Amino acid sequence: MSRFLSLAEAVESTIRDGDTVAMEGFTHLIPYAAGHEVIRQRRRHLTLIRMTPDLIYDQLIGMGCADKLVFSWVGNPGVGSLHRFRDAYENGWPGPITIEEHSHAAMANAYEAGAAGLPLAVFRGYLGVDLPTVNPNIRYITCPFTGERLAAVPAIRPDVAVIHALKADRAGNVFIEGIVGVQKEAVLAAKRSLVTVEEIVDDFGERSPNAVILPSWTVGAIACVPGGAHPSYAHGYYKRDNAFYKAWDAISRDRDGFLAWMKANVLEQGPDAFAVHSRPQQAARANNAAE
Amino acid sequence: MAYNANEMMTIAAARALRNSDICFVGIGMPSAACNLARLTHAPDITLIYESGTIATKPDVLPLSIGDGELCDTALTTVPVVEMFRYWLQGGRFSVGFLGGAQIDRFANLNTTVVGPYGKPKTRLPGGGGAPEISSACGEIFIIMRQSTRSFVEKLDFVTSFGHGEGGDHRTRLGLATKGPTKLVTDLAIFEPDPATREMTVTSIHPGVTRDAIKANTGWAVRYAANVTETPAPTDRELSVLREVHARTARAHGDAA
Repeated sequence: MSRFLSLAEAVESTIRDGDTVAMEGFTHLIPYAAGHEVIRQRRRHLTLIRMTPDLIYDQLIGMGCADKLVFSWVGNPGVGSLHRFRDAYENGWPGPITIEEHSHAAMANAYEAGAAGLPLAVFRGYLGVDLPTVNPNIRYITCPFTGERLAAVPAIRPDVAVIHALKADRAGNVFIEGIVGVQKEAVLAAKRSLVTVEEIVDDFGERSPNAVILPSWTVGAIACVPGGAHPSYAHGYYKRDNAFYKAWDAISRDRDGFLAWMKANVLEQGPDAFAVHSRPQQAARANNAAE
Repeated sequence: MAYNANEMMTIAAARALRNSDICFVGIGMPSAACNLARLTHAPDITLIYESGTIATKPDVLPLSIGDGELCDTALTTVPVVEMFRYWLQGGRFSVGFLGGAQIDRFANLNTTVVGPYGKPKTRLPGGGGAPEISSACGEIFIIMRQSTRSFVEKLDFVTSFGHGEGGDHRTRLGLATKGPTKLVTDLAIFEPDPATREMTVTSIHPGVTRDAIKANTGWAVRYAANVTETPAPTDRELSVLREVHARTARAHGDAA
């Protein structure tokens, strides 16, 4: 059964040093506020899993929280490299990080297998390419019916899944719509989960009967952090801050500039700092501008 | 209207798409070309991004594969697992449109690493969707700027399989799809030789010399028997492309 906690309590009770943690979100609903709390609580030796590690993993890696990254595309989309990840991987700063690299198809299938309680994912992939020569977790299996040789990867079963959702109701059910990524699969595949939400409502109200809803008994901790996905976005609440994604390239390029930014914007802040990006505060600013 | 080499490349790439295509769109230059096609000669083309957005009609180009614009203008948005299992692996795409960091003469692509995998000179983002896009889409179009750093004799890493070692290599791997059938650069258009499957120049953009192509390619370029000149961009193609770039710049800059 889900429990409503402060973000600090939620991270404290859910994520431990050495855990395997999947903070998912496919451009949309990336759990930045939760990631910042993990940094503030100085979690160490994490294995971070994500299909598309972007700025929040760059920040976690640059602050020394992770020993290993499991991924299928690592970068700042449309902008360039993640400088903190590359500094850790290529130069060992602030510590060394190892990688396990897949394709998107493999990771998506592996999350689904995790949610389905299977030990492996089977799919048609990795044909003719080099990744299987450097990743021993990419293997092959022969279809017992057709004889076709198919790719196999282990299911993803994280200790913890961390996601940002649009809303929770008072009973602790969680609602997501828009680009839903692999968030449902990540939560169902994980032993524990932490969900931040834009708002807590009495009732979800009018919705499609096919909306993505995680019932309260599938979710662990819930923390209400309005704006908590910024600079990614929350469908219907606020847009992706593409200007910040571009600005991160310069902020993160050298170690001192990165550390100064993290001190001012993460270490010396709390979850409330995200509220400025939330829908109510944006609406208030728009009203003030109109007057 | 005067135009530059990037505009010529994007426009030539857009022209390769057909109104009936179901296209898996890579981010960046492929996305610009695909949307230009939709806004000019192929209004009914189905554009799909790996974030699950099906038949999307963005007004501005997305910076990432999952910008809200893609979801807001899509016919439907499906989970990412479903995108890769039912739609890509299920064989629903007529064409996939990709870019890359390195390419070889058989249109194999590297977006993983420059230098040795374990000790990289430059760690690139990795394959993302590309390895399975390359094998599962009916055919593959590629858009890349030419230089000796990117058009190389031998890839440091094969991220996505094109024609492998050439000839019937795809067939030997059990691939029924065509693989790369068009490579559009800022200088020319390449298509695979019918027998060897080596990418050969079939069309040269206006004002580009064979010397310029030679100087920017890391292998000895072959030319088809009948090489044509790429038609110059029309005023309409140029104005639509510039308008979409201007809208995109405004949209991405104002979100401070």
